[in-house]
Amino acid sequence: MSHGRMHRKEDARFIRGRGNYTDDVRLPGMLYGAILRSPYAHARIVSVDASAAEAHPKVRAVIIGQTLAGLGLAWMPTLSRDTQAVLATDKVRFQGQEVAFVVAEDAYSARDALELIDVEYEPLDAVIDARKALDPDAPVIRDDLEGRTDNHVFDWEAGDGERADALFAQAEVTVAQDMLYPRVHPAPLETCGAVADFDKVTGKLTVWCPTQAPHAHRTLYAMVAGLPEHKIRVISPDIGGGFGGKVGIYPGYVCAIVGSIVTGRPVKWMEDRSENLMSTSFARDYHMRGEIAATRDGRIRAIRVKVLADHGAFNGTAQPTKFPAGFFHVFSGSYDIEAAHCAVTGVYTNKAPGGVAYACSFRITEAVYLVERMVDVLAAELGMDPAELRLRNLIRPEQFPYRSPTGWEYDSGDYPRALRLAMDLAGYDKLRAEQADRRARGELMGIGVSFFTEAVGAGPRKHMDILGLGMADGAELRVHPTGKAVLRVSCQTQGQGHETTFAQIVGQELGIPADDVEVVHGDTDQTPFGLGTYGSRSTPVSGAAAAIVSRKVRERARIVAAAMLEASPDDLEWADGRWAVVGDPATGRSMAEIALAAHSDLELPEGVEGHLDAVTVYNPPNLTYPFGAYICVVDVDPGTGQVKVRRFVAVDDCGVRINPMIVEGQIHGGLADGIGMALMQVMAFDEDGNHLGASFMDYLLPTAMECPSWELGETVTPSPTHPIGAKGVGESATVGSPAAVVNAVVDALAPYGVRHADMPLTPANVWRVINGNPFRTDLAIP
Amino acid sequence: MRITVSVNGQPHTRDVEPRLLLVHFLRDELGLTGTHWGCDTSNCGVCTVQLDGVPVKSCTVLAVMADGHEVTTVEGLERDGELDAVQKGFVECHGLQCGFCTPGMLLTARRLLDTVPDPDEGQIREAISGQLCRCTGYENIVRSIRWAAAAEGEARR
Repeated sequence: MSHGRMHRKEDARFIRGRGNYTDDVRLPGMLYGAILRSPYAHARIVSVDASAAEAHPKVRAVIIGQTLAGLGLAWMPTLSRDTQAVLATDKVRFQGQEVAFVVAEDAYSARDALELIDVEYEPLDAVIDARKALDPDAPVIRDDLEGRTDNHVFDWEAGDGERADALFAQAEVTVAQDMLYPRVHPAPLETCGAVADFDKVTGKLTVWCPTQAPHAHRTLYAMVAGLPEHKIRVISPDIGGGFGGKVGIYPGYVCAIVGSIVTGRPVKWMEDRSENLMSTSFARDYHMRGEIAATRDGRIRAIRVKVLADHGAFNGTAQPTKFPAGFFHVFSGSYDIEAAHCAVTGVYTNKAPGGVAYACSFRITEAVYLVERMVDVLAAELGMDPAELRLRNLIRPEQFPYRSPTGWEYDSGDYPRALRLAMDLAGYDKLRAEQADRRARGELMGIGVSFFTEAVGAGPRKHMDILGLGMADGAELRVHPTGKAVLRVSCQTQGQGHETTFAQIVGQELGIPADDVEVVHGDTDQTPFGLGTYGSRSTPVSGAAAAIVSRKVRERARIVAAAMLEASPDDLEWADGRWAVVGDPATGRSMAEIALAAHSDLELPEGVEGHLDAVTVYNPPNLTYPFGAYICVVDVDPGTGQVKVRRFVAVDDCGVRINPMIVEGQIHGGLADGIGMALMQVMAFDEDGNHLGASFMDYLLPTAMECPSWELGETVTPSPTHPIGAKGVGESATVGSPAAVVNAVVDALAPYGVRHADMPLTPANVWRVINGNPFRTDLAIP
Repeated sequence: MRITVSVNGQPHTRDVEPRLLLVHFLRDELGLTGTHWGCDTSNCGVCTVQLDGVPVKSCTVLAVMADGHEVTTVEGLERDGELDAVQKGFVECHGLQCGFCTPGMLLTARRLLDTVPDPDEGQIREAISGQLCRCTGYENIVRSIRWAAAAEGEARR
């Protein structure tokens, strides 16, 4: 059958250099755009003089904020119902903010002309430290919003605070820890960009853009620009990595569209790496204080968290409307805890907007990091082995479906089995013995454990929408007369291999080879509506839609096969990929035979129109809850603070694996992300708001040298709500791995009495932690 | 300036601005979009091509510096309809996901195997350490190159 290891269909073009990314799109008469950006984090715009740029012989248009204001396009809605400047009119609010857009005959000339634009700024004090954003004397960033007198975005809480407080009041042991999940950027190797082509004759706008959510983009363009939605076509071609950073609409996209409308020619805009790191969606930036109440023998009873969330200058996070802190309230994690409470306060600062990106599953990265660090803090307090402490508190298999203290219903799992498997694979007891030997010799070796539960596949339409658009996804399946099929889905691959996996799903359901199924995606004119790919939702939502639409086709095929066999549909059974009369496999009819009959002159029963094609919309009844147990082994050089990841063992349970090869690849990538975030990726700001991680020379990403050879294990607990038992996996390892790395480093530093240190654990940071003088990793080194 | 660059065995003569980067020459002048652009600072390596057989980052080579030289891009790896062993290896071992770093990785892998036919894991990791991949965690890239080395070793016997 079609599930199982299978080489990817998409590889054939990529290994030949024949992918088609946005920057590869070339249209006749195409012009090139470039954006002038603010050098200041906070400044009033006194004047913008573009006359010299307009006089440049190769320049065809210069668009500034005032131009857009005249068109009603200077501001656009964000995915969190805030507004964001497309091009600044009044003030600039973060370094790198968009100020002007030049359209020229070639990309180099467009860049040249940026130098000719004269902007006069009046610098203002900037709010850089999130912890000072609500100070009474803090400058007000969003004075564009009527009546706004502070930098407060929202307060939000979840769980039962009173019950948690009561348990804390009577607890035998409590621990508390401040920790920062620093701002990071997903940094896909392909930056963001767009090619916009507005056809004045037909009134049709076509936008090529590496978006993870093409349909959401189309609807938003219709809402923002007032263009009729049927006259907008969004094409998301091959995407060079997304990781959540390519969900939202960026000002450059709107500028490219306006540029095409103004000039009447196609306009391409591609940002450079610094623009990507400075202005597009960051992730995390959560300042957290966690507390655990426990018994002396290590039974966790309650957990509380307070969060200060830095949302940057515009509240642009992408997440279901009801949840301004995303799914952070899954922070009770994988443990059976009586009470939990979190309170999150969002603030504006003079930094780029965003917040939900980088494979975070709507803030579950922050939640898992918080609880997994807190469990280790508790283990240190109790003098207990961290793996043993986890085993003592993990939700037990018989408790599923498990209702969490903040209202989630975990679908299925056997957590202790996964952790024990990881411990076996790692040789946990031997590692601890080795660590003891090394410690005796003064060497710093650390073993870090983390356990995560994810909640992915958003989501049930009743509870989850983005800007009022319910998070259900469509699928259409056509079966041609010869039995070859075309599946059209709303989600969009950025490397996850949908063209292969989704073909396998259909192949499995229809009894045809996956090679006989073409998957169409990433083009709003060619695919049904749906909200796209992020939050590990493709397999849980669109994968389910693909299975269900296939089953609809299969049921139609049953009626046609019954007509072919002059039998009643009730007398047929589906076996070995054929419909046959029960007990008579020789009568079996394959999908190809049935498809041909469905298109032929066969007399069809009443109510069957012919053909086998079907459509569906899948509205998930619940999220799916993948989980896993990770163990990381590090060695730390006490002289330099250099951390070397020696081993990383990852046991993942994502339910049924459709293509295990692809699943393992997803996990490998996420583990590397974890090492990068935990050890390398510094995105700090100085007091003026200068971005200190604005190139790959400063914002360091893991190479093959920092990554160990990953050691994977698996357990399989099918999801009871998903039609084929699959759960999502794309973000599991990114969610689960940072805590394992940090726990390992902190474990290595235990001889120094260290109980916590903030990411990223760069050599400088570790060295200072060893010396009892850690620094804040979100600010420039003091 | 007038330059003649041999790309994948074909000479191309063009008038170019002295500041034109090789990556843009390949992509925009010759339409060879298999070579990607990613960072401007020689860190990511998605623009890697071979210049006279040696991997270089074409975002930090001027097109005029390639005048009179031989450039090999990903489009030049397949010969007479036969994929190079490194291309096959990446498919066999799932050495790519989004595909953006792949062309550069393939050209570095090809050079490695030309100079070290049977590299161990450490040699492979060092060879690709100047190039980033955000998808694979490198594991399957290492395996892909090992696969290619084994396949070529087998063919030589």
